[in-house]
Amino acid sequence: MNMYTKVANNGVNTEFLLGAREALTEAPGGAQFKWRATCDWVNGTHSSSEVEGFYGLGDEQQHKTCFRFNADHPGVFSAQDNGATPVEYVLVGLASCLTAGVAAVAQHRNVQLHSVRATIEGDMDIQGILGIDADVRNGYQGIRIKFEIDADASPEDIEAIVAQSQKRSAVFDIIANPTQISVTIQ
Amino acid sequence: MNTNQSGGVITTVTTVVIGAGQAGLATSYELQQQGVDHVVLERGEVANSWCHERWDSLRLLTPRWQTVLPGYRYQGDDPDGFMDKAELVGLLRRYGEQNRAPVHTQTTVSGVYPKGGGYRVVSERGEWHCRSLVLATGAFNKPHIPACSAAIPIHIRQLSAMDYRNPSQLASGGVLIVGASATGLQLARELQQAGHRVTIAAGEHVRMPRRYRGRDIFWWMDACGLLDKSLQEVDNIARVRQLPSAQLVGSTDNAELDFNSLTAGGAQLVGRLMAVNKGVAQFSGSLHNICKMADLKMNRLLSTIDQWIARNDMEEDMPAAQRFEPTRLPDAPQLSLDLRRQDISNVIWATGFRPDYSWLHVPVLNRKGQLQHDGGIVAAPGLYAMGLPFMRRHKSSFIYGVNDDAREISGHLVDYLRASGTDQEAGNLRPVACIC
Repeated sequence: MNMYTKVANNGVNTEFLLGAREALTEAPGGAQFKWRATCDWVNGTHSSSEVEGFYGLGDEQQHKTCFRFNADHPGVFSAQDNGATPVEYVLVGLASCLTAGVAAVAQHRNVQLHSVRATIEGDMDIQGILGIDADVRNGYQGIRIKFEIDADASPEDIEAIVAQSQKRSAVFDIIANPTQISVTIQ
Repeated sequence: MNTNQSGGVITTVTTVVIGAGQAGLATSYELQQQGVDHVVLERGEVANSWCHERWDSLRLLTPRWQTVLPGYRYQGDDPDGFMDKAELVGLLRRYGEQNRAPVHTQTTVSGVYPKGGGYRVVSERGEWHCRSLVLATGAFNKPHIPACSAAIPIHIRQLSAMDYRNPSQLASGGVLIVGASATGLQLARELQQAGHRVTIAAGEHVRMPRRYRGRDIFWWMDACGLLDKSLQEVDNIARVRQLPSAQLVGSTDNAELDFNSLTAGGAQLVGRLMAVNKGVAQFSGSLHNICKMADLKMNRLLSTIDQWIARNDMEEDMPAAQRFEPTRLPDAPQLSLDLRRQDISNVIWATGFRPDYSWLHVPVLNRKGQLQHDGGIVAAPGLYAMGLPFMRRHKSSFIYGVNDDAREISGHLVDYLRASGTDQEAGNLRPVACIC
């Protein structure tokens, strides 16, 4: 039996994150980020969005490449299906945020992950967006996420990691809590 | 005798303690033991917050045997019961009198300023100049009320936990209780029993059973050393200092208090209150996760106790380990509540307290107005704090938690006086007198 202490490696640089946490506690100005995207209409419900620059750590920042995303509606809506629907991008955002969080929290707790899969499903009554019933909201009535996780940890520890990931998740907060949105026309 | 510009009397004293609650009185006891000449300044009476700023039915969360102060130990016949307000206030007043604590009551400190390596403490009833100062005003001076309270429709009665005394203050009809600490749940229970329909908006909370395996939960936490956990044993001290109090009530029948007991009685649980728009309260969709975390943490605590029992070979003498029912929640808790249409007549803010340092004109507060200290040793020479949550150890803000802290803080204070003082000033340290 090996008696050395195993160090988990999930590919997350938690030392960097903890260092950043300490540095930004001292200099909260650097913690102010602005995330951005641009969206161009292509045709019909098809649009093309780009994500490249953002602001943070007191300066303009760039992704290493410009990321492009096509959004459209599927054929059942008589559209061209050139990309995922915007509401599916929301699911992608939530699932990827929580999955990244699971990796980071597991790393911090020295838990080795072998596989993580999140399956996410949202319920939507499209009577809302079609304006059929004013009592039905446009957005999701509810979202369910199922995690399948293979890791060197007890079921309770895995539950605690998933719970902590939700607690620290930006997208979870964005969806679960109200956010002010202002729209202007130039 | 000197007077200041406004004609008030100026008194020079080695140490001023501000606040005559358990923390200030215990500090005074230790300073007397060490022969430090001092005064205790109290804005009202001894045990003022306990007496005047809490609800009528309040009892301590900790059992009587745990109500220990330097030189005092409970010797009555109900050590496992929980003191009510009157008993605690009586105890603290007798304690102060017996120890001849030099308390100046009805003396509100309006300002503290640095002065020549020490401090100038100003009140309407005179001014004190001292070399060292202990802030024993506690962390629960003013209720913290979220900004969205301003958007609550005006016909709804709003009360903070500091203003609430008993159900007679409420209008008939439903009550929204914001907050899920010991306070929020105790008030929910009391108002439910008084016939109100209760809705509880719950953010992060700490769930634990009153009794486990035949003993009070604090007996176990004490035995396992959890209440003695020090600053060094905690990896995020800022987080634990902000944790709400555990969902417990001290009662004559050892009642359990949790969401399940309240919802069984008809209470409704909703997520954290996030906003109020056009009279509609909006709640977070995070309630399931919040409750899951609290259940997981409770089970971790119970496992720690089970392991301690096993390690100490007490398994045979104890009732078997058990786990409690997870928090029952509807699949889809309500996300909004129309405060006008859904018959909410009262909102109670059980959203915590904040310390008030508006009178402290010494640069020791951070940008959020929090006192900067290392285990009660404040970042200014000769300045100390007492009685803050997890100040030096988990139990620091418990009544009995002030024992170790008062001894250590006054020890540090005496060392500071010796190291910083001239021979003449050191003469203010009188030989230890017997005060028992």
